[in-house]
Amino acid sequence: MAAPLLEIRDLVVQFPSPHGWLTVVDHVSYTVERNDIVCVVGESGSGKSVTVQAAVGLSQAKGARVPHGSVKFDGQELVGMSTRQLNRIRGADIGFIFQEPMSSLNPAYTVGEQIAEVVRRHKGASRADAWKRAIQMIDRVGIASAATRVNDYPHQFSGGMRQRVMIAMALACDPKLLIADEPTTALDVTIQARMLELLMDLQRDMHMSVLFITHDLGVVAKIARSVVVMYGAQVVEQAPVSALFKAPRHPYTAGLMEAMPQVALERGHDPIAIPGTVAQAHAWPSGCRFNPRCSYRVDGPCTTQPLPLVTRGVDHVRCARADELEATLAAVMAPQGGANS
Amino acid sequence: MNALRYLGRRAVSTVPMLLLVGLITFLLIHITPGDPASVVAGENATEEAIQEARRRLGLDKPFLVQFVTWLTSVLSGDLGTSFTSGKPVTELIFERMPITLSLTAGATLIGLLIAIPFGVFAATHRGSWADRTTILVTSMGIAAPEFFIGLLLVLVVALEWGILPATGYTPFSEDPIEWARGLILPSLALGLGIAAELTRQVRGAMIDVLSRDYIQTARAKGLSLFSIIVKHGLKNAAIPVVTVLGLQIRRLLGGTVIVEQIFAMNGVGSLAVRAVFHRDLPVLLGVALTTAIIVLIINLIVDLSYSYFDPKVRAG
Amino acid sequence: MSVTTANTVAEANTLPPPSTFWKRFSRNPTAMVSLGILLLITLVAIFAPELAPHPPAKSSLRAVLKPPSSLYWLGTDDLGRDVASRLIYASRLSLVASVQALSIALVIGLPMGLVSGYVGGWTDTVITRINDAIMSFPALILAVVIVGMLGPSLTNAMTAIGIVYAPRIMRVVRGSTLSVREEVYVMAARATGCSDARIIIHHVLPNIVGPLLVQSTVLLGHALLAEAGLSFLGLGAQPPQASWGAMLGTAFPYMAQSPVPTIAAGLVISVTVLCFNLLGDGLRDSVGRARRSGE
Repeated sequence: MAAPLLEIRDLVVQFPSPHGWLTVVDHVSYTVERNDIVCVVGESGSGKSVTVQAAVGLSQAKGARVPHGSVKFDGQELVGMSTRQLNRIRGADIGFIFQEPMSSLNPAYTVGEQIAEVVRRHKGASRADAWKRAIQMIDRVGIASAATRVNDYPHQFSGGMRQRVMIAMALACDPKLLIADEPTTALDVTIQARMLELLMDLQRDMHMSVLFITHDLGVVAKIARSVVVMYGAQVVEQAPVSALFKAPRHPYTAGLMEAMPQVALERGHDPIAIPGTVAQAHAWPSGCRFNPRCSYRVDGPCTTQPLPLVTRGVDHVRCARADELEATLAAVMAPQGGANS
Repeated sequence: MNALRYLGRRAVSTVPMLLLVGLITFLLIHITPGDPASVVAGENATEEAIQEARRRLGLDKPFLVQFVTWLTSVLSGDLGTSFTSGKPVTELIFERMPITLSLTAGATLIGLLIAIPFGVFAATHRGSWADRTTILVTSMGIAAPEFFIGLLLVLVVALEWGILPATGYTPFSEDPIEWARGLILPSLALGLGIAAELTRQVRGAMIDVLSRDYIQTARAKGLSLFSIIVKHGLKNAAIPVVTVLGLQIRRLLGGTVIVEQIFAMNGVGSLAVRAVFHRDLPVLLGVALTTAIIVLIINLIVDLSYSYFDPKVRAG
Repeated sequence: MSVTTANTVAEANTLPPPSTFWKRFSRNPTAMVSLGILLLITLVAIFAPELAPHPPAKSSLRAVLKPPSSLYWLGTDDLGRDVASRLIYASRLSLVASVQALSIALVIGLPMGLVSGYVGGWTDTVITRINDAIMSFPALILAVVIVGMLGPSLTNAMTAIGIVYAPRIMRVVRGSTLSVREEVYVMAARATGCSDARIIIHHVLPNIVGPLLVQSTVLLGHALLAEAGLSFLGLGAQPPQASWGAMLGTAFPYMAQSPVPTIAAGLVISVTVLCFNLLGDGLRDSVGRARRSGE
């Protein structure tokens, strides 16, 4: 089997704080194969965004450090790579789109200029060719009248269209990997759906891998092929998408599913939110980090030792009671028989 | 063309201000204690001579008439005649304008040449000793009188080391090299005064801009550090800086009054100072009006530059 | 008034209670040092006769342009007078002149700002436009021109500077007045029949004090600088009067032979202005609503 495109292994990322160095990504490992779509799910504070930002060197520019771990992209080790070398990969082989389309584009330059500069920078293209490519990409992401729109400024586009521009910019150099960091979170629900369609479409066309960060399981259900669930700076579950939705193996994952509006709708009750909030990075609970909020918690196995990520067939799960709870959790997502209405 | 229309609109809105400035200039005559006419006529003037002076100055007519007469002559380029030399004020000012403008331009250039690199460096190395030193030095620079720096420069560079001239001005047409050499010290004296404030502004604006999301996007695009800071950063940081620059140029124009004396340059500033000692009112008024108009023009240019730096402004 | 509006009243006054203000201020070392130096200079000015080693006007033709020595700490000037003593006495003139200029600026700017901000409407527009027009003249040039109209003297120079800086006071006062005018409690006060005068005195003025204090401190520094400039040019203090600026002006022609008097005068001016600026910064931090930028 071909080597994975992106291989994150045991990555540790720390930020400076009044409490010393905070570990916001704690020995996280997952891979993205070629032509794959991997979704990373988790709530704020889970470390899902920082993992990918640090992988390409963006967190380091904000003061983070990576004391441990490896990120192999297409055979090259990214951790410890100089900024100059990273700059050759960023924008060219790895495209990145961010959460806030309203502020992620430079207001002082036209969208055409911002797309063309990536092409000029990485492909050495002439201004004319780069401009043509910009128009081509704007058209490809579904913006009408591309040839005129290319001269417009970001403030002349709506939020959804700005996000499309970001996609055009990220894909202008035909990257092997597109990292999408919560790209639909700030958008209207209706526009979200179209954005996802566009991404799936582009992924098919360009044969690239997509690493999609989100907190929305609904999105995961739509586009993922495999899923990584993160909680408390760690990976707590990892599985192919169908296996995950048929039979979640971690109580947190099950909880996320129960909280989905679609699921609640099907069963005729309100979405059940997971009680409590995630702990702060300098004060993790001992044992399983989810244990204070877990309805299956048992004092002892869940509250003393840190837990390893264990393989169960196609799944990986970090739970002290994974085997015991297998059937219970699977029942959570099973189609319900007549009794409740 | 949108740009021309914008320019036109902004220029038109300056007109009321120009009129007000003219009014204030005109009113300045009337704050002279006593009778301007007797001042003009001189110490031992006879009653007739004073009346004659009054008629000449048009002071015997009602206020509005005086103002309109004065305004019309100003608009036709006539700023009156100097009491001391008898030459037209307009001519006197225009003769000396190139000197003052060269000085102002040189000082602005030096101010920017210092402020932009230091400001950007301090912003990109926040908290470092270089940053802290910059803040300290700029605090002191803002306080020091520009003429003091000028004096020190004359003392050290011109008199002690003798590498640059201490006085005088050579017109550009005569000898470009000497022109430049002669301008270095005075421009430095004046420019260092504004460099401090400008550096602060550049630093502050860049710190703000560099924390924006689109800078992260630029990094994710693999752009070079230079491109990120200069292309993406500076253009957005420019607006607050340019605004302050406009104000600082106004200060520069005032500072020429002193620097021209120190370096014995025959510019508009020293013209004004000499006019005070001779009570040459027309010259003083002419200088006041001319410099105020220059300031208004600079404000207009700053205004127009906004539409270059911030595309959102063009729509409005 | 309900409890909530009462709290708004308490918060809206920008000047916090003296204890908070002092606590915040005393934590700022630069501001404290600046205040200390300024107080020191004031004391020197007050006790000039006791501190000066020589009579400032005593000229000794045998001791012209002498370098610093144990007798003449900073040397002598072109008329054989002790520079150090003259500097000490000149502090009186310079400081008093700055205060004079500030007073004039306040007398003109404060009422204009109050009226403009409180009355609003056309009055506000007209006054603001006039203000802007005055500010279109470079400060020093306008000052020179006004001195030209009035005649060169220290008093006229300070009047000129006061007039030139009045617009800045006006702006600060107007700004604070505007922000108060819209406060709920002012409308409440008006609704209960408070006269405008009472509102201004009880609500507007307390709100102005903070920013005005900051601006005045900074303007003292500017005024000192401007006076130095005008006196340097011979348009301010006339001989035999001596301010620091005048001393700078008389020492300058002899700079090649005897640089110390020039440097001393310039340094004294710079340090004093720096202290005013730093003090102003410190006051701004201790007085205003928490608004930190950059640093």
